[in-house]
Amino acid sequence: MNLEIKDLWVSIDNEMILKGVNLHVPAGQFHAIMGPNGNGKSTLVKAIAGAPEYTIERGEVLYNGVNILELEPDERARQGLYLAFQYPVEIPGVTVANFLRLAIQARTGQEVQFMDFYKKLTRALEILDWDESWVNRYLNQGFSGGEKKRNEILQMLMLEPSCALMDETDSGLDIDALKVVAKGVNAMRSANFSALMITHYNRLLEFIVPDMVHIMVDGRIVKSGGKELAVELEANGYEPVKAMAAAQPAAAF
Amino acid sequence: MPEAIEERFSDNIPDAAIAQINEAYEFGWSQPENYTIKAPKGLSREVVELISKSKEEPAWMLEFRMKALDIYRSKPIPKWGADLSGLDLENIYYYIKPTDMLNSRTWDDVPDDIKRTFDKLGIPESERGMLAGVGAQYESEMVYHNLKEEWEKLGVIFLSIEDGMREHPELFREHFGTVIPPEDNKFAAVNSAVWSGGSFVYVPKGVQVEVPLQTYFRINAENSGQFERTLIIIDEGAYAHYIEGCTAPSYSSDSFHSGVIEIVVKKGARMRYSTIQNWSHNVYNLVTQRAAVYEGAVMEWVDGNLGSKVTMKYPATYLLEPGARGEILSIAMATTGQHQDAGGKVVHFAPNTSSSIVSKSISKNNGRSSYRGLVKIYDGAKNAKSNVECDALLLNDDSRTDTYPYIEIEEKTASVGHEATVSKINDEQVFYLMSRGLSEEAATGLIVRGFIEPIAKELPLEYAVELNRLIELEMEGSVG
Ligand SMILES: Nc1ncnc2c1ncn2[C@@H]1O[C@H](COP(=O)(O)OP(=O)(O)OP(=O)(O)O)[C@@H](O)[C@H]1O
Ligand SMILES: [Mg+2]
Repeated sequence: MNLEIKDLWVSIDNEMILKGVNLHVPAGQFHAIMGPNGNGKSTLVKAIAGAPEYTIERGEVLYNGVNILELEPDERARQGLYLAFQYPVEIPGVTVANFLRLAIQARTGQEVQFMDFYKKLTRALEILDWDESWVNRYLNQGFSGGEKKRNEILQMLMLEPSCALMDETDSGLDIDALKVVAKGVNAMRSANFSALMITHYNRLLEFIVPDMVHIMVDGRIVKSGGKELAVELEANGYEPVKAMAAAQPAAAF
Repeated sequence: MPEAIEERFSDNIPDAAIAQINEAYEFGWSQPENYTIKAPKGLSREVVELISKSKEEPAWMLEFRMKALDIYRSKPIPKWGADLSGLDLENIYYYIKPTDMLNSRTWDDVPDDIKRTFDKLGIPESERGMLAGVGAQYESEMVYHNLKEEWEKLGVIFLSIEDGMREHPELFREHFGTVIPPEDNKFAAVNSAVWSGGSFVYVPKGVQVEVPLQTYFRINAENSGQFERTLIIIDEGAYAHYIEGCTAPSYSSDSFHSGVIEIVVKKGARMRYSTIQNWSHNVYNLVTQRAAVYEGAVMEWVDGNLGSKVTMKYPATYLLEPGARGEILSIAMATTGQHQDAGGKVVHFAPNTSSSIVSKSISKNNGRSSYRGLVKIYDGAKNAKSNVECDALLLNDDSRTDTYPYIEIEEKTASVGHEATVSKINDEQVFYLMSRGLSEEAATGLIVRGFIEPIAKELPLEYAVELNRLIELEMEGSVG
């Protein structure tokens, strides 16, 4: 759905990381964010999801018109937001299946009928070309990097968010896994679903075609364009955009 | 049993200063008009005699009790473990005839917080009374009778300890007090002097008891009480799983509980003893439980400790003959004002014996949990192997955990592993779960549940569910 980020300033440990981000992802659209390491991409999506370590210094994040920055992370999830983590954490002793059931119940506020749950799960696993035995494993525990990413998408398919923030979901995936994951994400496409994908590689965007590409440097979006921007970046590297960013210094806080 | 099985976890406090304990036993005893029996507070030869008489015991048992009383008096209160300074041993009723205890209590006497907990647990009315110590009968007599018939056909004995003593005098006497002699420690001694209630189990050679033997099936049993005593004998090649206790808070006005559980696992047999204890928060729960394990036999303890003010409980396994194996799974949760001092002891006497201890503890608010464990490998226990893992989870900044691992190895070919971890509820984990829609409380609860899962999954489903529910209840209000 409609995600609008307005002049967002975010700090951590008294260091300003985001310096006035403006971004609009309308309902039904897929946008990509690219940019050099350590320039605030994860900070942006984690702050939107409500990670407690960040301080919002200024700005708004409107989700369907509601400023979600005032909500707890779980309330944001119940509004339909979903963050696929760059580094999913391990939760020992909690099986994927059990967790999914609890999460669906928490998100919808309703008991999940076992058969409904099971059908949905089977379908999601099919899309992701994943064996059923996976859901009996403990959440992310001992998963390889690629398996963790696939598991993030499994959760997304099960929770059916209306807006997905995907942080380098493609990193660590082999080419077959990438196709499978792309299939999962594309299966979500609808007029009521929007996505913001962080990636370092144009490769992902060949499988999940974005409506727009934004480049983040030093906590700001310094350039936006169509999918050809990703191709351009891959050819020229970040030096030109970095130079561009340096030429237009950030507004003072 | 080899002689000289020393008392472990013990310091040598001179017998001074305990003289007081021996005072104040001169009150004699009264037998009121209604023929119920209630001994005066405190411990004396008269009280012991009264108990023995009311159970119509053989002479040897009275002697055993009297000897134990002397031993009890000669031993100091241990100072090496939890703080027992609040324990007033003079101000305790050492014997109330169970029928009296049952009848004298009504539902109205049960404290409100216990009643509320019952509500939250969704425990049916019919069971509440029994769980709260209010006189009541277990409803499912039919279930019990069917099982009982089956067991009897197989020659399995499952009786109250008193009935076991009366109906199977030789078998009983052969084993009683052999695994845990009264000399073992002060609390084993007091139990030996005044024991009342508990189970007697015998499983004949080769018999596999598939349905767990559960204490609440043992109807007509005297209410397992303060000084419960259980004796279990698993004959060669047999198997049984014994489940003790109920998961609802065992309400008791008594503040001192000291049980003794003795288990004999003969050649090639396997025994699992599971217990989840949840005493009310005023109780000192000081239990001695030990298994003697013979050639190629396996003993498994699954031990859950919630509730009580102070727990000192270290299920022990003595691996007496080659190839014997012992496993101890222990879980403890300590919240406000509680100290759970729990763990396990394994002593390897013979070659190719193996053991593992897995202990998990959760501390909330200012609760304190300690792991205290002993692994002892005697010279000659060639290729003995042992592995100890203890994990502590702290929920708050003022929660506390300590580890006291005692490892004594005399045998060169033995191998022992020890691993201990302390963790706090991790903010990243909580955020991850919250970002999926779980509330902070639900997220924390799920992490805790995952933490104890390795032990919960060893319990039969209904007990695992209960354990999770109990922990959820204890978790309430732990965040925000
Ligand atoms: N907890 C923290 N404490 C201090 N600095 C932090 C913390 N988390 C992030 N940062 C800093 O914030 C900056 C932005 O980090 P962020 O993770 O948002 O980068 P990114 O654009 O996602 O990088 P990458 O492409 O490598 O994933 C970095 O300089 C990082 O070191
Ligand atoms: Mg990042």
